Amino acid sequence: MNIGWYLTVSAIIFCIGAGGVLTRRNPLVILLCLELMLNGANLALVAFARMWGTEDGQIFALIVMVVAAAEVTVGLGLVVAIYRRRLPIDVDELNELQG
Amino acid sequence: MTQVIFFLAAIGAIAGALGVVLLRNPFYSVLALAAHLVSLAALFLLLRAEFVAAAQVVVYAGAVMVLYVFVVAYVGAGEQLASGAVLRVLGPLFALALAIELCIALLGSGLKGVSTKGAPYVPGFGSPKHIGTLFLTKYLFPFELASILLLVAAVGAVVLARRRRGLEPEETIAARIATPRPSFTGTMAEAAGIRPSRGDDPLAPGAQPVSSASDQQGGW
Repeated sequence: MNIGWYLTVSAIIFCIGAGGVLTRRNPLVILLCLELMLNGANLALVAFARMWGTEDGQIFALIVMVVAAAEVTVGLGLVVAIYRRRLPIDVDELNELQG
Repeated sequence: MTQVIFFLAAIGAIAGALGVVLLRNPFYSVLALAAHLVSLAALFLLLRAEFVAAAQVVVYAGAVMVLYVFVVAYVGAGEQLASGAVLRVLGPLFALALAIELCIALLGSGLKGVSTKGAPYVPGFGSPKHIGTLFLTKYLFPFELASILLLVAAVGAVVLARRRRGLEPEETIAARIATPRPSFTGTMAEAAGIRPSRGDDPLAPGAQPVSSASDQQGGW
């Protein structure tokens, strides 16, 4: 398969994630959609690594996975803290972050 | 054969992504994301990125998804929130415009390699040996930085999610303390009779009221 097909799929996944971030209001689902966007970028990185025949893009993809894991950890910690304080789990209501 | 696997994996990945966005229950969204990640790992394998595919399945579909499932089970699905009236129309429109723009930018970029199958395959491309060599030589600094980032994220998550006094509403704390306990459970202070037991079980040794003030001097 040509590299262009993989790039098209990665663009579609990225845009589905972007649309989800815009339309959904549950912070959990917004985190999931952010994962989708990062995965789309990952697919493009791996496709370009295949195109050039070097592994540097794959290293980038692995680092992106590390960043995504860190982001998920902190984001889910925030969601649990919000739930403990009995605040509404809705990003439109949670428009200020202060201790 | 490659085409068949590619289209199956691509359809699976896009369907999983659509499921994440469109399903109303967050639990089903998480399951759709897991399916999406496995399909994406198949695409990685087609691109000869064996180690990235394995890491994707183990780290993402394994560890991160378990974390998500735990948090969704803890927090609950919540009320099904409808999105705002403006964004419900503008969001998909924006996503569609972005998709068209990205496809034009990627496919019309003039890169010669986009319309080929990629560089000729050399044995060992994408193997753990090559990735590890690159991580420990050329990309040593990002590698160490990633480890520090993981440590900071772990500590931050513990600090964020721990139980803090004074931040929660009072009645919920009182309700949690007054929850009836199973019989024959309690603290050591109650067993020694220093603090009266709150349990309803008459067999609990600390059920009798504490007699004298001298008992209260115990060292617990």
